[in-house]
Amino acid sequence: MNASSLTSILILLPIAGALVIWLLPLSRYATGSLAVLFSLAEVGFWIEQVARFDFSGSGVQMAERANWFGDLGVSYHVGVYGFSLWLVGLTVVAMAACTGYGFWVGRDRPRAYFGLMLLLTGATVGVFVAQDLLVFYAFFEAMLIPLYVLIGVWGGARRMEATIKFVIYTMAGSLLMLAAIVVYGLQAGTFDLVGGPASASRWLFLGFMVAFVIKAPLFPFHGWLPDAYREAPPEVSAVLSGVIAKAGLYGMLRIAIAKFPEPTSFYRTSVLALAAAALVYGSLLAFRSPDFRGVVAYSSLAQSGLIALGLFAGRDLGFDGAVLQMVAHGLISTSLFLIAGAVERRTTTGEFRLLGGMARGRPALATLLMTVGVVSLAVPGSASFAGEFLILAGVFQRAWWWSAIGAGAIVLAAMYMLRLISAVLHEARGSTVVEEALDLRPGELALVVPLVAALLALSVWPAGISHHSFFGRSPVAAVRSQFR
Amino acid sequence: MTLHTPHVDWFGLSPVFALIAASFLALLCAVLVPRALRRAAAFALSVAGFTAGIVLSVWLYVDSANGHTIAAGAFSRDRWTALGQIILCGVGLATTLVAVEHVPGWGRAADRARRDDHDAEFFALLLASGAGMAFFVGAANLMTLFLSLEWFSIALYVMCAIDYDLERSLEAGLKYLIVGSFGAAALLFGSALVYGATGTISFHGIAAAIGSRGLAGDTFVVTGIALIVAGLGFKMSAAPFHMWTPDVYEGAPTTVTAWMSSATKVAALLLAFRLMTTAFPHDSHLWGWAFAIVATASLAIGNLAALVQRNVKRILAYSSISHAGFMLIGLSAGSALGGRALMYYLIPYSAMAFGSFAVVAARERELGVPVTLENLAGFGWERPFLGVAMWFFMFGFAGLPLGGGFVGKFYVFAAAYRHGWVWLVIVGVLATLVSLYYYLGIVRAMYMRPSEELQVRPGGGVAVTGGAPARETLLHLAVGAALVVSFGSLFAVQPLIDLARHATGALPF
Repeated sequence: MNASSLTSILILLPIAGALVIWLLPLSRYATGSLAVLFSLAEVGFWIEQVARFDFSGSGVQMAERANWFGDLGVSYHVGVYGFSLWLVGLTVVAMAACTGYGFWVGRDRPRAYFGLMLLLTGATVGVFVAQDLLVFYAFFEAMLIPLYVLIGVWGGARRMEATIKFVIYTMAGSLLMLAAIVVYGLQAGTFDLVGGPASASRWLFLGFMVAFVIKAPLFPFHGWLPDAYREAPPEVSAVLSGVIAKAGLYGMLRIAIAKFPEPTSFYRTSVLALAAAALVYGSLLAFRSPDFRGVVAYSSLAQSGLIALGLFAGRDLGFDGAVLQMVAHGLISTSLFLIAGAVERRTTTGEFRLLGGMARGRPALATLLMTVGVVSLAVPGSASFAGEFLILAGVFQRAWWWSAIGAGAIVLAAMYMLRLISAVLHEARGSTVVEEALDLRPGELALVVPLVAALLALSVWPAGISHHSFFGRSPVAAVRSQFR
Repeated sequence: MTLHTPHVDWFGLSPVFALIAASFLALLCAVLVPRALRRAAAFALSVAGFTAGIVLSVWLYVDSANGHTIAAGAFSRDRWTALGQIILCGVGLATTLVAVEHVPGWGRAADRARRDDHDAEFFALLLASGAGMAFFVGAANLMTLFLSLEWFSIALYVMCAIDYDLERSLEAGLKYLIVGSFGAAALLFGSALVYGATGTISFHGIAAAIGSRGLAGDTFVVTGIALIVAGLGFKMSAAPFHMWTPDVYEGAPTTVTAWMSSATKVAALLLAFRLMTTAFPHDSHLWGWAFAIVATASLAIGNLAALVQRNVKRILAYSSISHAGFMLIGLSAGSALGGRALMYYLIPYSAMAFGSFAVVAARERELGVPVTLENLAGFGWERPFLGVAMWFFMFGFAGLPLGGGFVGKFYVFAAAYRHGWVWLVIVGVLATLVSLYYYLGIVRAMYMRPSEELQVRPGGGVAVTGGAPARETLLHLAVGAALVVSFGSLFAVQPLIDLARHATGALPF
């Protein structure tokens, strides 16, 4: 098999899987198995891609290009860089776990459900590998279609409000991005991301950024986040915060920072301020949140802020740390939401005042939640410690007070995460926690343990990502070359 | 005195003749064919007529690389005409497929006998209006323009009112007749003023006269253009000439609405682009601004008014107003890129507009009452194929990258930007954002109502087949074709744009 066709396979395989599932009238069991099989095959293809990726090479790799419509200079152009490779990996692994979770809990209307999950996989991979602005936009929007239905059909009681808010917020951002894309592409004469020139237009930068800060989200643009994360089914929340949010951050790195160097430095302080606000505000809200998912949701807001802090520091360490932290936080929040789902299935609620004492007699649940929680609060030696340290060191080179704010927020992270752990696992037994509620079943373990194992592996060797994301010695130089 | 009969290129007119011949034959069916076979015979004629129209217009497209006028300058034989006719005949064929199971109204099982009475007439009118539109898109002077406009309009007036014992249908027909006549009168008056100023009715002649005699700012010409814009605005249901649209679309039999919403718009927009660029290139800033303002008004009114509707046909009517606005963005740019954008946009748009009304027709027949957001609940799960199709059309309308609607919007925005109108791009983007709410509202109604509501079987209405959903094979076929066109146009952008480019090449740029 040709190495460069691997990229297209990673996009098309899940979409083909979705079509197969929609067209074949299979039973519930067969449908679920087939979907899990497709998502595992996707992981396999990704591993093959990592194996073939040349980490010492520069520029876009495994690229494929075909004309889409020539008169405006739009082409189907896909390919991967080091950092997109890791984000694709995060996507396929997290999506496989979440698809498996959907199978485990036996979602209603399985053909529709699993088809949409696979479609979402394909679209998200597409975002991370697109090298043409219009293709990027198409996949960026295409993620919304399955998400809308997944939340709206399989979500909780207040899903209607949640979906409308989510869609209107994100579309408002991405339509402004579409306007920016039209202007950028017609000015440049091409929509190609690799070959396209840098632009000094501040308006265009803002047009792109508004889409990304809503998707990520950063501080004043997070209105959709709490509802969507609470009302979505847990595995969809996991995808939203673990993977989809990273698409916004990835867009900042790949497009906003790389293509708009002058506006980036002009707005650097403003974006850093938004990021720091998201970090502190998200952490405080997480600390005050009355339920499991609320904590994870707001901590995602905080983490998006932290990662944006690293990206907009514009320093080598910041870029390395941001990519590492994207992957680490993706794995953390996916596992946390899946565990939240497991807790909710046993107790019907995620509210702390009704929970407590779940550690007794449930060692697997306690161990996993404890492990993920500890990694998440950036205990030294963990992957997120490495990521956060790199980010703070990077932003320290910009100005010391940014990292002071960041370090303060890490203390807050310890507070909200320990509060979550004790409220769920320890303290007096909650009124909804019955003695008979089971520990994590093998099926659930099979989903969460690999995620945690990946997280531990990253903790052992964070350089696996942080040193293998940008070609050349310096990420800043790679960014400055616009990843050519 | 000798009478000169012009040389007529009969082949250039053949798609029109094919349709009109089929129409006459279908009309004869109404009296000559026994009642039992009447519907089948008229249906077959309609299929044959539109298929012949497609074949002939494809042939004409291939054979008309060098566009020119025929029949003494009355009609343009070029690729712009031919491509428009292909789209029109395609929609006509799809309408025929839907109509045979839905002739011509909805859900009155008791009246089957009555409805059979005008099966053949319905198809005859459909073919006649198709022929009128096929002639309209190729009109090359103001006389043929007006005649063909009246030709298809009169057929449409009757089709709207064809359920003559339903108050709603009669009201639709009457309203359309009155408002449509008003629009036609404006168009005619405008034509008269332009003729008065330039002394010619031929599109090319008008441009030459305006150019050579410096009439670009002439009061008659300017007023004439304004009135023509208004008259065409009525036909393309662009705001502020749209007030008839929701009522007529709601009241007319849904099959007719499907036909009107896609075909009339195709014809009116294509002709408007040809007329403006051919006859009034010297006033392009004038009509460019006029159409830009009309586009803005359509986008604003169409989208905002759709937000508060409960009746699905009314929502789709307002949506069609807003899409007229999007396409007018391409028109107002008045450039070759604008022409390509308009032509491309029409292909997925007509498929989606037709398809969505066809799905509504199926639901309406099942329920026997007008389709609202409430009684659409659970439709997606009950009728998986039609549900997915509607889901698809709604997301496509909203400009999400599920179909060619996305690329169409991209193209009209690009045309506006090239024209230097970034503000129009922003208007379009904001309109798209607003439109999401009601498009998603339809998806929500179909799929996301709480499960207890999903159990409610449609009540009150008289389902034609009594309970279980009808097996509407041909309707499924038509909706499937619309799906293929709107989905395929996302991938086959280059070939379609090439077609549109060659078509635009027939216009003077």
